[in-house]
Amino acid sequence: MAEITQLETIAAQVRRDIVRMVASAASGHPGGSLGAADVLTALYFDVMNIPQERIAQFAPGSDHGIGEDVFYLSNGHISPLFYSILARRGYFPAEELGGFRRIGTRVQGHPTPAKGLPGVRAASGSLGQGLSVAVGNALAKRLSGDDAHRVFVMMGDGELEEGQIWEAAMFAAARGVDNLVGIVDMNGQQIDGTCADVLGMGCARQLRAKWEAFGWTVLDMDGHDMRNIVDTLRYAKNDVCGHGKPVVILAKTVMGRGVDFMAGTNEWHGKAPSAEQAEAALAQLPTTSLGDY
Amino acid sequence: MRPYTITGKKDTRSGFGDAMTQLGRTDTDVVALCADLVGSLKLGTFIKENPDRFFQAGIAEANMISVGAGLALGGKIPFVSTFAAFATGRVYDQIRQSVAYSGTNVKIAASHAGLTLGEDGATHQIMEDIGLMKMLPNMVVINPCDYNQTKAATLAAAAYRGPVYLRFGRPIEPVYTPEDEPFVIGKAVQWSEGGDVTILATGHLMWRAIQAAEQLEKEGVGVDLLNIHTIKPLDDEAILASVRKTGCVVTCEEHMMNGGLGDSVAQLLARNSPAPQEYVAVDDKFGESGTPSELLVKFHLDVPDVVAAARRAMARKR
Repeated sequence: MAEITQLETIAAQVRRDIVRMVASAASGHPGGSLGAADVLTALYFDVMNIPQERIAQFAPGSDHGIGEDVFYLSNGHISPLFYSILARRGYFPAEELGGFRRIGTRVQGHPTPAKGLPGVRAASGSLGQGLSVAVGNALAKRLSGDDAHRVFVMMGDGELEEGQIWEAAMFAAARGVDNLVGIVDMNGQQIDGTCADVLGMGCARQLRAKWEAFGWTVLDMDGHDMRNIVDTLRYAKNDVCGHGKPVVILAKTVMGRGVDFMAGTNEWHGKAPSAEQAEAALAQLPTTSLGDY
Repeated sequence: MRPYTITGKKDTRSGFGDAMTQLGRTDTDVVALCADLVGSLKLGTFIKENPDRFFQAGIAEANMISVGAGLALGGKIPFVSTFAAFATGRVYDQIRQSVAYSGTNVKIAASHAGLTLGEDGATHQIMEDIGLMKMLPNMVVINPCDYNQTKAATLAAAAYRGPVYLRFGRPIEPVYTPEDEPFVIGKAVQWSEGGDVTILATGHLMWRAIQAAEQLEKEGVGVDLLNIHTIKPLDDEAILASVRKTGCVVTCEEHMMNGGLGDSVAQLLARNSPAPQEYVAVDDKFGESGTPSELLVKFHLDVPDVVAAARRAMARKR
């Protein structure tokens, strides 16, 4: 169990990694990556039970994740965040982050197990598929008697526009998949504008009602309050799971969080900062004891 | 011609269903999913005997494919099943990302492929599925020819590690391959040997090709007939050896000319040993309602069409 301040330190370093990776690659998706950094840090460094030896021995392509908690990233474009988290957690050397989006590397534009990167189980990038994959893995865990562990999946709020999400929502509820925790990164932004403008699915209250109508338990969370994140995720995992219903957490976040000129706008959804902009961004993200890659 | 006995008449989908029954009893990792078509896919016994290993997906195929990927990632061997039209075109992106690119051990069991599903018409008669599936890296594409071969192919697909597209059909057809014939993925089966023309056939068209070969042989034509049950990986060696011997080839399939077995063969020959080739396949048309036999006649996939194609191919030899 990690101290809150430790988690905040890790999240701060992850944000530096994100900016440096995207700037170095001159492409990628910094906005959503910065926005979801706190949630994913809490998941990987506190909430998920992954024995250290499983991390060291991760076998890409044949690791079934039995005996540990498992995570899927459905909105694969926030790969800078996912890669930084995996590297900092020990799945692969942090130096590898410097190859982000470069030819011949394992840190592809969007996550994939195809290049053998430890920690990545399924490809994502084409949106809407991760919830279904997570549900399938949760069923496999149930069949294998791995009842002590959960499957987590992160989705974007714009991603909820994909019909497959709601197919999966129906299916998981109908099959009583209660060893699964969905997390929606509610930053309210997508490429073409705000989610409300692009395809209004209603306010947070109406979105909650949608999930509830599909048979899910719904929790709310402040996606930047580390104490609240840890408490909510632990509560979902330990107390809500196991009672016959899937659970989804609506995590209120700010796209681009941590860099003032990237925050709260869709402008930095899929745009890399220039060298000067990256410098300005890093000036707002102090170095940590973990050090840059 | 290799000796054979017609032991009965059955649909190939029953070969799938009966293999699933067997797998249900012998391999606890095998699970099945279906999108509201368990009767059509002949899954009744598997479901009855393994209720905890069957997942009814409802009419939501995209979710079914990706759930299958998740089950595979958790160590299971999922067979996701529905009609071929809904198992491929409708869910191409899910198969591409969650199955093929992710390399998940998912078996896509696709029934009612081709024209011979009959009366339901063109919405259901997919004839593009072999092309769609064979273009995906990592994907094995199998189209067995009768009940026994479908059963054996299903068992082989379960034993193989990686994504497999298994294509079979609806109509009642003769059962003529031996019950105990081992199924080797990617290995052609030689049915007759001759020096005048190579005939390569897959799926339901294999039975038409056998009858055509028998007719041609009576006329003194030497037919090298191979059953190509696996379109990918293609048995390059057997096909090249045969066509180098005969100098021309006919490909037979219940599929579009574009992208099917014929195109795989044409590509192989063009790169290695060009030879005249004739297609028995559907020429860029959607199907229509009718009985299977009426449709095979109308769309030129019947025995006389194979015979005529063989004559054309031989006439083009220099």
